[in-house]
Amino acid sequence: MTQKLRIGYIPLVDATALLVAVDHGFAATEELDIELVREVSWSNVRDKLNIGLFDAAHLLSPVAIASSLGIGHVRVPLIAPFNLGFNGNAITVSPRLFTMLSSAADGDLTDPKVSTRALARVVAQLKSRGAEPLTFGMTFPFSNHNYQLRFWMAAGGVDPDEDVRLVVLPPPFMAESLANGQVDGFCVGAPWNSSAVNLGVGNILHFGCEIMTRVSEKVLALRENWAEENTDMVTRLVRALTRASRFVDEADNRDRVASIVAQRLGTTPELVVRTLTGNLKTAREGPVRTNGSYILVGRDGTNRPDPVQAAWAYAQIVRWRQAPLSEELRAAAQNVFRADIFDAVVGGPATVDCGDTRDSIGVFAGPEFEPGDIAGYLAFWQSNRVQRPRLSVVR
Amino acid sequence: MRKDQSGPGATPSGEQRDSALKIAIVDESPIRAAILEDGLREAGFTQVERIAGTHNLLERIYALDPEVILIDLENPSRDVLEQMFQMSRAVKRPVAMFVDQSDSASIQAAVDAGVSAYIVGGLKKERVTSILDLCISRFNAFARLQSELDHAKGALEERKIIDRAKGVLMQAKKMTEEKAYAVLRTTAMNQNKKIVEIAQSVLTAAELLK
Repeated sequence: MTQKLRIGYIPLVDATALLVAVDHGFAATEELDIELVREVSWSNVRDKLNIGLFDAAHLLSPVAIASSLGIGHVRVPLIAPFNLGFNGNAITVSPRLFTMLSSAADGDLTDPKVSTRALARVVAQLKSRGAEPLTFGMTFPFSNHNYQLRFWMAAGGVDPDEDVRLVVLPPPFMAESLANGQVDGFCVGAPWNSSAVNLGVGNILHFGCEIMTRVSEKVLALRENWAEENTDMVTRLVRALTRASRFVDEADNRDRVASIVAQRLGTTPELVVRTLTGNLKTAREGPVRTNGSYILVGRDGTNRPDPVQAAWAYAQIVRWRQAPLSEELRAAAQNVFRADIFDAVVGGPATVDCGDTRDSIGVFAGPEFEPGDIAGYLAFWQSNRVQRPRLSVVR
Repeated sequence: MRKDQSGPGATPSGEQRDSALKIAIVDESPIRAAILEDGLREAGFTQVERIAGTHNLLERIYALDPEVILIDLENPSRDVLEQMFQMSRAVKRPVAMFVDQSDSASIQAAVDAGVSAYIVGGLKKERVTSILDLCISRFNAFARLQSELDHAKGALEERKIIDRAKGVLMQAKKMTEEKAYAVLRTTAMNQNKKIVEIAQSVLTAAELLK
């Protein structure tokens, strides 16, 4: 019997598997009649999922964890039986900041180790002149946008809470805010970085995957109690999404996928293809940067909700003092990512290809991540906090 | 609490405190915000402020330091408010209305109406129930008005199309206005269509034959 489902989403390229599952008939094959509801804020998506107006939602991975742990908001246990997307973000800065970073750089600015040192020098210069601190936009307190910016800044010795301002900014306002100087840079998902580049108001400094090689970005989130009462529906949903992801990954289907996504997002098919293949212009008249890992929709086993990724997200939550560290919370966080459900549906563990990352995250600085020893991992960053480059380094 | 409690016309202390609650309205629709503000003032809330635009939203809210924040759900800036719940923030920490799950009916009603409320920590839920109820009814009233207005606008548009089609027929077929309308109406009836659809076809045809 056909089942009706309401699923909330935010118009972003990492909703591709969900959009294709519905618009290309994979959901219908599973006898799921899905109504996709486009939303304007993550708060809306979370709240409507929480109170049952949505049966499922395209959700920021860290929000699924925060909601389940009751951090920052009412506690509603969620589960993620399917990972919709890995990576897909980028850090974009204003042409003015890009020029400042370029002149402060001691090497190739496309290397995040170089750019974070350059940032620290720019921050120090501004401070010594008594100028306003730099302001960066991100999309939500519990998001990789927040954590990727912070990770990148802190690696070079910039304290994201003391030395710069970090503000939440809805993605549709990002380019405009960059143009009118409200922010000097931002971290956001696709297609919003390209929007700023096309308008000539921003330069893409880094792809998110240059900061963190593999990071769970969006999951399909369900209320835990709903999932327990509707196991058959969960199975069908995961199967439809898995098939959709495979379809997305076939080069032959690119045009069809691009047209579905472009229509839902109100953007051009060309930009969707550029995003999915990781070929983005970094400046309006500038070069195209290519990285096959820019966004992963199911490729390399990324559909599987990986508990290591959940632990990583929880470690970021703890690192930036959004929640305390405890074994109990760590275990609860990992239980949100239900690899067991995914494995049961697709028939055994998927082949996961972590590339050359040894800890399956692959950050550009610091030690390897050890999910069993978050305290030890964070201790490294605590002890390295005060190492700031001195002003004398500036040329 | 005020000192003139025993003065003439004083209300019981609880109510007096409520009327002094500082309320901020964040709504992209200036008309709806005005309707809501009026409603709150009529209900005796004297400290109501509207915050328009998105520039430096958080700073402006902090400067106002409200005890209740009302925001429409179509507003992408709702996510901006989430920053207020961060542990590292030293300021008063508001909690979302959604915190109280015991009252899911009113939460549902609020979400359906398209409004969300945030209250500062420690403020008793009962004290803002009336505010939320008022929001819900005003938001719903606004939605009704909006759809009536859309309907009226649509009707006016249709009127214009029909008038123009009549003009085309009158000129081309040398008809009177009554006759032109009768032709449109009969054709619509025969083809089981709306008069405006036939009128639109006449205009399109006239455009093509120009």
